[in-house]
Amino acid sequence: MNALTNPPGILPGAVFAAGGLMDMAALLPVLILLSSLLPGLVIFLVKEESRALRATLNLFGAIFKLMLVGMMIWGVWHGRVYEARLPVVPGLELVLHADALSVLFVTLSTLLWLIATIYAIGYLENSPNRSRFFGFYSLCVSATMGIALAGNLMTFVLFYEILTLATFPLVAHRGTAKALRGAKLYLAYTMSGGALVVIGTIWLHVVAGPIDFVERGVLSGLPAARHGQLIAIFAVLITGLGVKAALVPLHGWLPIAMVAPAPVSALLHAVAVVKAGAFGILRVIYDVYGVEFAASLGLLAALSVVAAATILWGSIKALSENGLKRRLAYSTVSQVSYIALGASIVGPIATIGGMVHLVHQGIMKITLFLCAGNYAETLGIHDVSEMDGVGRRMPWTTLAFSVGALGMIGFPPIAGFVTKWYLGLGAVTAGAYWVLLVLALSTLLNAAYFLPILYRAWFLPTPGTWPQEHDHGGRFETMPALLWPPVFTALLSILAGLFAGAPFSPLEWATLIAKREYGL
Amino acid sequence: MLPQALYGAAGILLFVIGLWSLLVHASILRKLIAINIMGSGVFHVFIAVAYRGPALAPDPVPHALVLTGIVAAVSATALALALAARLEQPTERDPADHG
Amino acid sequence: MDELLILAVALPILGATLTTALPRWALAVGLLAALVTSATGLAVTAAVWWQGPLHLAVGGWEAPLGVALRADGLTAALLAMINLVALGISIYASGYFRASGKLVHFWPLWLLLWASLNGAFMSADLFNIYVTLEVMGLSAASLGALGGSRAAVVANLRYLLVGLLGSMTYLLGVALVYTAYGTLELHLLAERITAGPQGAAALVLVTAGLALKAALFPLHFWLPPAHSAAPAPVSAALSALVVKAAFYLILRLWLGPFAAVTTTSAAVVLGLLGAGGVVWGSWRALRAERLKLLAAYSTVAQVGYLFLFLPMLAVTPAGPGRASLTAGLALMALSHGFAKAGLFLAAGQLQQYAGHDRINDLGPAAREHPASTFAVALAGVALVGLPPSGTFFGKWLLISNAFATGQWWWVVVVLLGTLLAASYTFRVLSRAFSTERVPRQAPTDLRTELPALVLTATAVVLLLFLARPLWTLLGLDADAALPGLAGGWR
Repeated sequence: MNALTNPPGILPGAVFAAGGLMDMAALLPVLILLSSLLPGLVIFLVKEESRALRATLNLFGAIFKLMLVGMMIWGVWHGRVYEARLPVVPGLELVLHADALSVLFVTLSTLLWLIATIYAIGYLENSPNRSRFFGFYSLCVSATMGIALAGNLMTFVLFYEILTLATFPLVAHRGTAKALRGAKLYLAYTMSGGALVVIGTIWLHVVAGPIDFVERGVLSGLPAARHGQLIAIFAVLITGLGVKAALVPLHGWLPIAMVAPAPVSALLHAVAVVKAGAFGILRVIYDVYGVEFAASLGLLAALSVVAAATILWGSIKALSENGLKRRLAYSTVSQVSYIALGASIVGPIATIGGMVHLVHQGIMKITLFLCAGNYAETLGIHDVSEMDGVGRRMPWTTLAFSVGALGMIGFPPIAGFVTKWYLGLGAVTAGAYWVLLVLALSTLLNAAYFLPILYRAWFLPTPGTWPQEHDHGGRFETMPALLWPPVFTALLSILAGLFAGAPFSPLEWATLIAKREYGL
Repeated sequence: MLPQALYGAAGILLFVIGLWSLLVHASILRKLIAINIMGSGVFHVFIAVAYRGPALAPDPVPHALVLTGIVAAVSATALALALAARLEQPTERDPADHG
Repeated sequence: MDELLILAVALPILGATLTTALPRWALAVGLLAALVTSATGLAVTAAVWWQGPLHLAVGGWEAPLGVALRADGLTAALLAMINLVALGISIYASGYFRASGKLVHFWPLWLLLWASLNGAFMSADLFNIYVTLEVMGLSAASLGALGGSRAAVVANLRYLLVGLLGSMTYLLGVALVYTAYGTLELHLLAERITAGPQGAAALVLVTAGLALKAALFPLHFWLPPAHSAAPAPVSAALSALVVKAAFYLILRLWLGPFAAVTTTSAAVVLGLLGAGGVVWGSWRALRAERLKLLAAYSTVAQVGYLFLFLPMLAVTPAGPGRASLTAGLALMALSHGFAKAGLFLAAGQLQQYAGHDRINDLGPAAREHPASTFAVALAGVALVGLPPSGTFFGKWLLISNAFATGQWWWVVVVLLGTLLAASYTFRVLSRAFSTERVPRQAPTDLRTELPALVLTATAVVLLLFLARPLWTLLGLDADAALPGLAGGWR
């Protein structure tokens, strides 16, 4: 055994096997996983009509998880180590380990899961197969938790593949020919990507032995003779991860998976799937290779070009899409690559920009998708061209949508501005001036595809009738379960920008991660 | 030594003839006969092995094996014939077992 | 403790006799025999776990005339799977055949098959193996034809003839072994055998005979029709257990008595044929129109994976690398046994509900019977090799050894097979999301739904926790590191 396999300060003991005596440090990550897994499994058995029971299970799991995550945030902030290990076969261990980066992703997913669940309960009211839907919805979030808390690549891969499995039924949920086609394509993309990630991981195991995620990476100690293989492995891993992260040209599944119900789209784009890919890229760069080592192999330069191309291409495609959800999908393609871009510029400031965008993109994009769901569910609006004057019919929804859209463009003080500021500053610090050009172009394109929507919604006259209006009764423009979640996330987007300097804000947390990743 | 070798070689020849016959004939009865010829070939080889010269009694082990082998071959032939005979009869169809 | 070995063979034979003699009590006696047999099989595993390999010369007759049985770690691991799966099949069959009245015929044949399976895994000499193979072939073909349809009889008559061809070829090999080395006992043979034309000819004949029974590509032609036409519980036994027995014997003989005769190039030939099976079997499974045919072709592919391990084993010196390969192979065989049995049981369930097993029209039945559909999904996870199934870790060890020994081309085969398997699995599963109306309601039967679920869940979840005990059972070092590059094993 060498130093690579034993990160300092962590005992590689078999916590699971320790006679059932698990201390809190090992229990907490396991509980966070189980708090959605167990309710999910029970929900499969719940009768279709038992709405209250299902809702209780869902919300209980989500709120309990939020409490656990709160404990974890506190602990990790104070430098505690949460870790659980389960040896599977010699040399292969399942490791759940909470570091600052895990906590960032766990918190984001937990919070947005709660919101999306409330939304989904309202959205799917009276539609068939709800137990199946919420069962897989919970599995999906459990898999995301596993991805966030994975302590090594093997564990990451395990949950990464489970995520693929759990999302397939959600994409196929409606069962129409179109939904099945979309699900099939989604699966073809993600399975192939997943296979590459698995193979890259195994290859890395052979070259470097069993390695845990360690801040600042672990591979720089390997002899130069293996650098060639390390470069190839990086390419295999990033190509595999790039499928879920929707790096061009591997993004084809995202617009097509839009056939899924709105809460699923929100999950795919903001909480789980796309984020899992981006998060994997962060893990590989920072905690496996180490950002300086990756840069010294010339890997990051290549990635930054791909990320920049994705940012621009996604935005250009979004311009010409009339379907609202498809336009948002291409916007996701573009926005998620900010994370990869931030990771591929060496320097703590750019790192902060990339990391914080993991959260910022999440809260802004979920707002946009939930609003799109509201338009479709309340008025039957699916296309941008149908949105004339919708602001007067649904002011709150449109207000939330506007916050999300302006945030994506980068208007201060909304969260998106903070991201772009740090990315730009990081690029300048690193001397990568061309990134500024990419950011400027992207901002222009963002404005070009979002502002016309806002203009239509607020300033054009309302048509006589809406495509398919549902009367929800009640005092509000739509059902409360549909209305408040996007309003809340829109508020979060503003707060995350306004109070970026406050303790425990996403920015502060990203700064904490960056400090640890650069050993500052 | 020579008779033993001849006997063994004849056994292998029978096996090959049986194999050839099994592969080229379509009729089930012929195939079944072919397999029995192959079996006889193998038994011949065993019997040849048992021969330990004129002075010694033959090795009993191969003989025991051949006896067991014959029992197995007869049972298999019987089952195959029963199944083949079943094909000649009109069959009761079980909808659950065949789509 | 050694007497357990003969009990695991004798008890099911006793059960078979009793169910023949007392047809009116067939169900009760049969279930009891199944329970007792599986308990005995598991007791063998437990005994090996506690006190190491077992050996028994039945009736005190030692080799060469006696019947010798032996169980080591590998035997014990597979024996546990065989007996658990067989118990599941027994419970399932008691529900499946309830209406058709075929239970009276099912029990004796099935218990006989079970006895021969236990016997084949524990036999310690080449001729014993021949006898168990013959009993296995006869009872399997009779069981397969139990449905009585013309297609089933034709397919199983062919299965019987192919099986006989395999046995005869094997037996000729055995005759050559006796000619050359004067013993059939596996351990004695291992001591006496030397590389040479006689040993090579014997190895070729024995391997060819067994490969035919193991459905190694291109000798698999008989399997899809036979396995898909048989009643579901029988298909499960044929695909999950019988085929595996033949592969196990090849593995045993190659690693044991014939080790001195085998060469790397011979192992590569088997590996290439296995690769052919992986690709061709998966491809045909993808094209299959019926669910049981799909499951049968997937068996051809899965057997191919097992053969991929042979060339890897041939070039890996004894040590952690070889240990991880052996364990990975066992893990693959175990998870496939559980998963494939569960898949056939669930498929039979859906077939009974729908009245057919055409994949394209299975939507309503799949939606009405979520438990069976879920079992199909779990089986799919294991067949594709997705985590956390045992297959995932089996494939992991296979791939990492391929990288470590520089044989990366096998990785391409595994990758291709995996993606094809994902395609055929999800082709079936996507039917469960169809929106067609459900034509009729069929009652749910716990006896038939539970075994499928339990078996597939074992393959997907339980093996994750059993992997370490498996290492210990196989007598391998559970704390050794996995193979790595340069500088040998880390």
